[in-house]
Amino acid sequence: MHIMEGFLDPIWCAVWFVLAIPFVAFGAKKVIELMREHPEHKMTIALAGAFIFLLSSLKIPSVTGSSSHPTGTGFSAVLYGICATSFLATIVLIFQAILLAHGGLTTLGANIFSMGIAGPAAGLGVWLLLRKATNNIPVSMFFAALVADLFTYVVTAFQMTLNHGQSVTAFVDFMTNYAITQIPLSIVEGILFFMFAMFLLNNKPEIFDIAAGLGKKGSKGASA
Amino acid sequence: MNSKMVYIAGFAIIAILVLATLAYGASQGFEFGGADDGAEGVVEEVDPGYEPWWNGIFGDYELPGETESLLFALQAAIGAIIIGFFIGRATRKA
Repeated sequence: MHIMEGFLDPIWCAVWFVLAIPFVAFGAKKVIELMREHPEHKMTIALAGAFIFLLSSLKIPSVTGSSSHPTGTGFSAVLYGICATSFLATIVLIFQAILLAHGGLTTLGANIFSMGIAGPAAGLGVWLLLRKATNNIPVSMFFAALVADLFTYVVTAFQMTLNHGQSVTAFVDFMTNYAITQIPLSIVEGILFFMFAMFLLNNKPEIFDIAAGLGKKGSKGASA
Repeated sequence: MNSKMVYIAGFAIIAILVLATLAYGASQGFEFGGADDGAEGVVEEVDPGYEPWWNGIFGDYELPGETESLLFALQAAIGAIIIGFFIGRATRKA
């Protein structure tokens, strides 16, 4: 994600904001409710946010000669659903847009949509499919994190194409810039979350009981 | 399978991947510019003459590289502290 300030026309900024706001508002409400009703979840929500914070600040070089960063949204999408993830991603994106001039305030809506909504939705979809196919939580986590990361950049390329060029070649150009760099990085992110899922299974397996229930609620948003 | 071995293997794979990438980049003379900024070049290619219409609240002012990496490190540190705290709290005593 992270379309730079001023690189989307005002009309597209508005479109992505309108699409993103309902998710973020609903997510904020959901997170607050969850914290009130299940105080034991406070720390896990903070943890999910912390992963997005940490991973999206790490610029890792990739084999294509450019560096990019993982998104870290897969974990939060699996545990708390798409809306809550979009809320957490918004906090990170505002931090980066204001303090780091990375991303931007006008493109915030588009960036939230790719990193906070579309990517997590894809990751959650993969998670639900794999949970049906296999009982292996770490492996499902690996693919959920990988797909959430990768799909974020596919959507970003799509958003840029809608605004610039509007042709297949333009889309391919943006994909070459973003997605190819992102493939090795999303594998690294997948490995990281594979290990973390193992750690949770060994130490706090009850987290996943709650996740499955909440994840199912969130999947309604994914299929719609 | 011993989970400790998996953690060691996992971190080793990540370290090797990053090191191999850096070594490959060094041999090819890559600059490792950001992919997010690289999009700027693609825009020029597919949509020539496009001018960003707003430069953000700081205008053309760009943070010095040192300060920018400080803020990135700060962001990473906030995340890492919370994750570390969680791992410490959640680990069951053997």
